Amino acid sequence: MSFINYASREINCKIVYYGPGLCGKTTNLQFIYQRTAPDAKGKMISLATETERTLFFDFLPLSLGEIRGFKTRFHLYTVPGQVFYDASRKLILKGVDGVVFVADSQEERIDANIESLENLRINLKEQGYDLDKLPYIVQYNKRDLPGAMSVDELHNELNPTNVPEFEACATTGEGVFETLKAVAKLILIDLKKGK
Amino acid sequence: MSNPTLVMYDEEFREVNEVIERLLKEANAKVIFLVDKNGQLISGVGETERFDTTSLASLTAGNIAATGGLAKLIGEKEFSILFHEGEKDNLHISIVGGRVILVVLFDNRSSLGLVRLRVKKSSEELSTIFEKLMNKSEEREKRGSSDFPFAEITDDDIDNLFS
Repeated sequence: MSFINYASREINCKIVYYGPGLCGKTTNLQFIYQRTAPDAKGKMISLATETERTLFFDFLPLSLGEIRGFKTRFHLYTVPGQVFYDASRKLILKGVDGVVFVADSQEERIDANIESLENLRINLKEQGYDLDKLPYIVQYNKRDLPGAMSVDELHNELNPTNVPEFEACATTGEGVFETLKAVAKLILIDLKKGK
Repeated sequence: MSNPTLVMYDEEFREVNEVIERLLKEANAKVIFLVDKNGQLISGVGETERFDTTSLASLTAGNIAATGGLAKLIGEKEFSILFHEGEKDNLHISIVGGRVILVVLFDNRSSLGLVRLRVKKSSEELSTIFEKLMNKSEEREKRGSSDFPFAEITDDDIDNLFS
C-alpha cells in the first residue's frame, strides 16, 4: 500500500525481498546501499542476530527522483529467511507494494526455494494479497557458484507464471540493480493504473 | 487489496500538524511523529532535524507490528499504547484510530502522566481527521474521478527515473 502525500509531494512505496535462509536478500540490500549516492539513500538498518542472520528485518530507504513533481521514495525491506521466523515474516509483508523473490540457485537449495515461495503465497493471502496481482520479480541469485542449477530448471520450478526474472550474483552486484529497477518500474506502472 | 492507498491532502495535512503542534506544547514534548502502520512517516514536529526520521518511522511500525503479533497470541486485539523508558528520553507510542501511530518523545521536563493525558485528547481529534481523509479517498474512488498524479505519467517518465 503506497502512501501519497500531496502536502509534501511525495509518493512512498514498499518493496519486500523474500526468499529462503542465506539466499542473499540482505546482500542485495547491502550492495544497493554501497552503490547509491549518499543523497539518495537513508541509513540501512539491520535487525540481525550476533551471527548476522536477519532476526526481524533489514530496511533501506531510497529516493529515486521526481516524476511530475512528485518525489518517489522506495522503502526496501528483507524478511528473515529461516523457517521458524514465520511470524515476523508475515508482519513485514503488511502494506507491501512489490515483491522480489530471491532464489538460491544451488541445487541443494531447490526444496528450500520451493518451500519459501509457497510460504510467500500463503502469507500474502493472509494479508489479503494475491501474488499474481502484485508487482513481482524473481531473482536467481548465486549464479557464480559451481552447484548452480540451469536457469531453465529454476524457471520451471520457481516461475510458472512467467514474471520477469533476473540472474544475479549479489556479492559482486551483478543483476542487483536490474532486479530493483524492474520491480520499481512494475510498482509505478501499477500506480499509474490507479489500482 | 486489503488496504487502500493512503492519500494525504494539503487541508488535512495542515489540520494534522495543528493538532500535533499543540500536543507538542501541551505535553512539553521534544518531538512528535505520526507514522503510517506500514512504516511511512506522515508528519513530524519539534526537534525533528536531530533524528533520522525515516528510520524512526520504520522501526516504530516494526515495533507496533511485533507487539501487535504478541497481542494476538495472547488473545488481545492489539496493545494500543507502548512506553519505552530511557535514562534521559522516553518514547510514548500509541495507535490512533486503528490506523496511524503517534510517537511522542519526551524527557524529564514532562511526565508519563501528562503525556498520556494529552495524547488521549489529541488522539480523538486525529482520529476524526483520518476518518475524514479515508472517506474523502473512498468518495473520490467511487466517483471514479481520480486526481491521482500518476494517472497521466507516461512510460517515458518512468524510464527516465532509471536512466
